[in-house]
Amino acid sequence: MGTERGMTTGEGLGPLRSLGPVDWVRRNLLSSPLQILWTLLAVGMILWVFPPILRWAFIDASWSGETRQDCTGDGACWVFIKVRLAQFIYGFYPEAERWRVNVTFLLLCGLGAPLLFPRFPKRLWIGAVLLLVYPMVGALLLNGGVSGLPRVETSLWGGLMLTLVIAGVGIVASFPMGVVLALGRRSAMPVIRALCIAFIELVRGVPLITILFMASVMLPMFLPEGVNFDKLLRALVGVALFAAAYMAEVVRGGLQAIPRGQYEAAQALGLGYWKMMGLIILPQALRIVIPGIVNTFIGLFKDTTLVLIIGLFDLLGIVQAATSDPNWLGYTKESYVFAGLVFWVFCFGMSRFSVVLEGRLRVNGKGV
Amino acid sequence: MDKVGTGETRTESDRPMIRMEGVHKWYGEFHVLRDINLTIHRGERMVVCGPSGSGKSTMIRCMNRLEEHQRGRIVVDGVELTNDLKDIEQIRREVGMVFQQFNLFPHLTIMKNLCLAPTWVRKMPRLEAQEIAMNYLERVRIPEQAHKYPGQLSGGQQQRVAIARSLCMNPKIMLFDEPTSALDPEMIKEVLDVIVGLAEDGMTMVVVTHEMGFARTMANRMMFMDGGEVIEENTTQEFFDQPKSERTKSFLSQILSH
Repeated sequence: MGTERGMTTGEGLGPLRSLGPVDWVRRNLLSSPLQILWTLLAVGMILWVFPPILRWAFIDASWSGETRQDCTGDGACWVFIKVRLAQFIYGFYPEAERWRVNVTFLLLCGLGAPLLFPRFPKRLWIGAVLLLVYPMVGALLLNGGVSGLPRVETSLWGGLMLTLVIAGVGIVASFPMGVVLALGRRSAMPVIRALCIAFIELVRGVPLITILFMASVMLPMFLPEGVNFDKLLRALVGVALFAAAYMAEVVRGGLQAIPRGQYEAAQALGLGYWKMMGLIILPQALRIVIPGIVNTFIGLFKDTTLVLIIGLFDLLGIVQAATSDPNWLGYTKESYVFAGLVFWVFCFGMSRFSVVLEGRLRVNGKGV
Repeated sequence: MDKVGTGETRTESDRPMIRMEGVHKWYGEFHVLRDINLTIHRGERMVVCGPSGSGKSTMIRCMNRLEEHQRGRIVVDGVELTNDLKDIEQIRREVGMVFQQFNLFPHLTIMKNLCLAPTWVRKMPRLEAQEIAMNYLERVRIPEQAHKYPGQLSGGQQQRVAIARSLCMNPKIMLFDEPTSALDPEMIKEVLDVIVGLAEDGMTMVVVTHEMGFARTMANRMMFMDGGEVIEENTTQEFFDQPKSERTKSFLSQILSH
């Protein structure tokens, strides 16, 4: 391909020669009349669409101040977002206790960051702590009620913090459940297989809203008097089960891509079922389906917004609620742009992480 | 056989390594194995040949239960193959197998491919397993590839690694299922040489192959199968020089004529 391109401009210097900026423009934007036309159209579109957006979001926007009256320009009123930012992040979590949310988040960053570097020492241990110990510490910190920490009811949780809690628990819980369900669906034991298929097809065929609604409204009706699960806990279980069904199908796709010879070689060496799966089959299968897994996680992250239906205020929910504040009526645009941007940052981060992970594993396991 | 309680008094060394008695197998309606009877003793090296579809691969795969037989008995090193998973896994530990498609684990380095079963199945300490692995890699003459991945090796090298991987479990029997059929012609010899080397060391082996020259040098027994049946079983010399069956003769003339 490289040589072909070189030939169109009459310089066959080989495919790997890097291009100067002028050359690049000439080759990629202006190489034929049709391409020139497309380039002009594209530039026209950009000039037509972007200036108004930039003007609204930055040039004419109001940034400083405390009240509605400070929003004088024709552009966006970011003052509104600024004033409400703490609520968007912490929900109704008491102001004096917000440090607990911060500590929980910082702990997550501190434990998670080393895992991004393949050569960091003791990564396995850090990962184990993150998966096994951290959730309990986080739950104790946020929930309180022990060792001097006042209890903060989950009904006060909200905003970005709630979104992250639901998405985080959903991701961490749905992954192993999905793997087990996928293995179960391919099991040789008919009862296990039937149970897994039934669960997956049932959960997958129902909207998340339905599951959340049932978990929130119908579950208490079947529980004995006095037994009462926390509303957030019910939402967490609902989200995790829902994501697990999707995860199971993604993982199953990976399992099906592994040739039979891999199973046979593992068996012929005397490995039992769990060792064969854990050491040979799953490491290869999961690697193949990283894009699908991350896709499911991103979907799950955005689906957390549906918890609004059972009266939990996630980031989008609380932003939406703020727009109906009589002091700040009419600033829905800013709210949704802000919420969209925050969601995008997290989802794009996950997407990039998936790309990095794929690249790293491909270098290691060339043959896969 | 002539004494009572021979199972107790016989030493381990004269117990047959593999014994098949009246083994039948069907794939649905298709009768793949018909009444297979054979005994393989310690140190014997048997080559199984026959046209494709004759059931030779199926038979060898029954020996470590990668395929189930439906009738008859298969006893490997004194343990009968039944549905008992424990027995199956115990037999698989003692029986090495090399496949046509190598089936190395592509996500692990050569070294880890070799150490995996000894450390996880035999519970061998990691360093000891690595030492043994390195010995076998030297033996198949590719110690310098230890830290590469299977995808970076040629077919012949991969098959030699596969042989070394089986040997690391210190098996009592080695099964080879057409070990050179997927190889480019120039790589066949390097793999066959390794197998001949094993034969010289007295390894008990069952080899399914079409390489008759190789069979003649390393086997001490030959078996010819066709249509799921054993047509002829003989010593290597007699098999090639005075085959008893007409079908063996015509098969040999076809395969040796080119």
